[in-house]
Amino acid sequence: MTILVYTENREGRLIKAAFELISYAKEVAQKTNARVVALSIGDVNRDELMKTANYGATRVVTINDEKLSLMDNKRYISVVAEVAEKEQAEIILLPDNTTGKALTPGLSAKLKAGLVSGVASLPQSYDPFIVKKKVYSGKSIANVKILTDRKILTLPSNSFGVIEPESNGEPQIEEFTPDADMESKINLVSMNKVTDKILLSEAEIVVSGGRGMKGPENWGMIEELAGLLNAATACSRPVSDEGWRPHSEHVGQTGKVIAPNLYIACGISGAIQHVAGISSSKCIVAINKDDEAPIFDVADYGIVGDVQKVLPQLTQAIKAIKEA
Amino acid sequence: MKILVCISEVPDTTSKIKHINDNKELDKTGIQWIINPWDELSLTRAIELKETPGSKVESITVVHVGLQDSEPTIRKALAMGADNAIRIDAQPQDAYYVASQLAKTIASMDFDIILTGLDSADFNGSSVGGMLAQQLDMASISAVTALNLEGEKILVNRDVSGGTQTLEVQPPFLATVQKGIAIDPRIPAMRGIMMARSKPLEVLEATNEVTPLTEYVSYEVPPPREACRKFPEENAKELAHALHNEAKLI
Ligand SMILES: Cc1cc2nc3c(=O)[nH]c(=O)nc-3n(C[C@H](O)[C@H](O)[C@H](O)COP(=O)(O)OP(=O)(O)OC[C@H]3O[C@@H](n4cnc5c(N)ncnc54)[C@H](O)[C@@H]3O)c2cc1C
Repeated sequence: MTILVYTENREGRLIKAAFELISYAKEVAQKTNARVVALSIGDVNRDELMKTANYGATRVVTINDEKLSLMDNKRYISVVAEVAEKEQAEIILLPDNTTGKALTPGLSAKLKAGLVSGVASLPQSYDPFIVKKKVYSGKSIANVKILTDRKILTLPSNSFGVIEPESNGEPQIEEFTPDADMESKINLVSMNKVTDKILLSEAEIVVSGGRGMKGPENWGMIEELAGLLNAATACSRPVSDEGWRPHSEHVGQTGKVIAPNLYIACGISGAIQHVAGISSSKCIVAINKDDEAPIFDVADYGIVGDVQKVLPQLTQAIKAIKEA
Repeated sequence: MKILVCISEVPDTTSKIKHINDNKELDKTGIQWIINPWDELSLTRAIELKETPGSKVESITVVHVGLQDSEPTIRKALAMGADNAIRIDAQPQDAYYVASQLAKTIASMDFDIILTGLDSADFNGSSVGGMLAQQLDMASISAVTALNLEGEKILVNRDVSGGTQTLEVQPPFLATVQKGIAIDPRIPAMRGIMMARSKPLEVLEATNEVTPLTEYVSYEVPPPREACRKFPEENAKELAHALHNEAKLI
């Protein structure tokens, strides 16, 4: 059996989610006697591809085609499907991020392979194949059975973790040229790269502000703490609706759903729709002046107090720890 | 230009979720059903585009796969400003089943832009749109945050891994949309609600040629989180130490 892992790169380097997916695949492979094949699309150098072996891949299929520089869903789906057929992959893993969301539904329909997105743990059983996923915005967990021989899963960032790498020799690397249909109906007009910032969907730590921050002029505090922790910044919905912060930072049921290791909520009441987007965080810290705020029901640690006073002190204290 | 908006019906966001029948089913008692928030935004944007002076948008159709009890939700979409509606009479089984029902119906129709939500507030699958585009052999653009008609051009913004892009797209195409495409959902006005009653709602028979690829076997309610450890206002330092020594996160 083969598990095919879509390893995504940014500027030629594999992203952390790629290693997380391979780690997951390795665990599944050990239980099912499978091999792990990594698929890489783009200009990724050999050393980088070699690293996949340390997490469990024994083979890498790499495609470097100018026509794939723009993410055209249809093209990409054809290419991934072609590789899946060629490698006879029975399980296909992608990250649960914009790339996974763009490709997996089409891939599922093309291959008639059952898709479960946002799987947070190893399969419950392999025959029948059952996985758990959150539904109703985190208010319930479903056991989903995949009825087809071929299966597609997406994994949220940070949910499974990366295993300790070990030297496993070199993977076999194949440079592949797909013959998939290369027509496209979309043209790139402009691109805005986010290179200097930690991406919210991938960040291990997120510092987030709500209406209790009072106004955009107070976000310096959030950014300072985020900078110190190598964290991404986020916000509640009213904050982005008011235009204090960009929509891309809005988390919650109608915004981004994230699962960082640490989520620091500053002046956020913790409405059910907000919590829906953050409830998978491993640790939640809340700063709120209202002792009764619902955010404390989901938080692991909290400070009851004025965020304008608390946040600078917290930043100072963390700085002291980092410098020690 | 004709726009199709696919709408799904989900429990109101504040609904308490419970399960019955050995945790195999959702307990529907007391649940308020609403238009999936993402779909509400896509419909809102379609209406905004149609209302723009000199707009090329001729009509907005909404389509929904569901049983008769979902008609109030469809009427709400008509009240918001859709021109006509189609209900495909079937109980949704999984995303693939819904997408296949939609594909069978839409294949013979003529739409320039099809909008679906990037996600749904029930099964959180992010799947129907992409599956539908694939079955219609249509271009699809995912995670769309803006849709603009500028002269002859159709421009969309989307999120991609590592940034955002503006694209020019040739119709027909399907977009799965998210927040940003519109900010606040359109609230139906009294006039709209009155007019919705007489707008056409066509009920089409489902095909029995499609089978689901997945099955929701059972549900469980997640365990509650442990109680929060609270520090007083002046003790930010202690919190920092707890995060460092106990949680080992910083
Ligand atoms: C269909 C639907 C979907 C929604 N989707 C989302 C979503 O995806 N994401 C989302 O966030 N919301 C969403 N909402 C909105 C949600 O219901 C809440 O209104 C919103 O999350 C509240 O944001 P907030 O916590 O920033 O503001 P508030 O609820 O106004 O809370 C502000 C908090 O700050 C505290 N505070 C004030 N001043 C201070 C101070 N000086 N120091 C410390 N604390 C202070 C207050 O005690 C209060 O708890 C949705 C709502 C609906 C109806």
